[in-house]
Amino acid sequence: MFDLTGKTALVTGASGGIGGAIARALHGAGAVVGLSGTRVEPLNALAAELGDRVHVLPCNLSDPEAVDALPKVAAAAMGGLDILVNNAGITRDQVFMRMSDDDWQSVLDVNLTSTMRLCRGSIRGMMKARWGRIVNISSIVGATGNPGQANYAASKAGMVGMTKSIAYEVASRGITANCVAPGFIATAMTDKLNDDQKDKINAQIPAARMGTPEEIAAAVLYLASEEAGYVTGATLHVNGGMAML
Amino acid sequence: MSDVADRVKKIVVEHLGVEEDKVTESASFIDDLGADSLDTVELVMAFEEEFGIEIPDDAAEGIQTFGDAVKFISDAA
Repeated sequence: MFDLTGKTALVTGASGGIGGAIARALHGAGAVVGLSGTRVEPLNALAAELGDRVHVLPCNLSDPEAVDALPKVAAAAMGGLDILVNNAGITRDQVFMRMSDDDWQSVLDVNLTSTMRLCRGSIRGMMKARWGRIVNISSIVGATGNPGQANYAASKAGMVGMTKSIAYEVASRGITANCVAPGFIATAMTDKLNDDQKDKINAQIPAARMGTPEEIAAAVLYLASEEAGYVTGATLHVNGGMAML
Repeated sequence: MSDVADRVKKIVVEHLGVEEDKVTESASFIDDLGADSLDTVELVMAFEEEFGIEIPDDAAEGIQTFGDAVKFISDAA
């Protein structure tokens, strides 16, 4: 349905479940895709699966210099950078009263500051091209909060405010900036939960099941498409009705 | 008028869609030529490309008028 032929897309956190699905969806729509992540092996495996139109671009998102360089590296490898998907994220869950400065800072650095750096580094080329799509992967907990995740929730809520501000600034240049906010998605992380835990989670979801990475990827694909050109500053919640925002 | 000034003027006229005679030495991009803050960023990007130079952000902030731009670029080139 959505055709991204001739477009170039950079996806961070492409070694994970959701990031991998996003990369597959964009690639499936015809885009040249840059796979970024810290772990090289899963990136290479995904690249092998996708075949052509793929570039593996490893990057440690806690290294500010590497993050600043990534958009340039990606644009050089792919011949441009039209679509940026900031999907990479980490958690360091802890009861708030016991949350260390390091728990706080490391999550903010990777989830929010690296997203800012990648957006900043990508917009110049998008301005010149008079076309660009930024899709930042936030989270339901950025809107609702979650016990034990003050750092993660703050980073994901911060992403929403930042994305809206960017959207304002660059809307007149044909660039959109939006967030996708996943709810509970079945990934390697949620596989570790036992059935009892899963039942409790599912009971809170009107759709009575966890989402799939492909369902997040479909939302990203839409926001990255030509057709979504009038959608900007939005947060698309994909959560089975768990929070209707 | 110098070659640099001619090339800068051409960029300004094209980018901001203003009459050439409005682009005077003291003409402010924002106050006189109708640029918004994003236009000024784009002008600097266009200057960098045209002249093959780097204009650091703190220097870019000091480029408010057509004259400022011509002087900075003449000094840098």
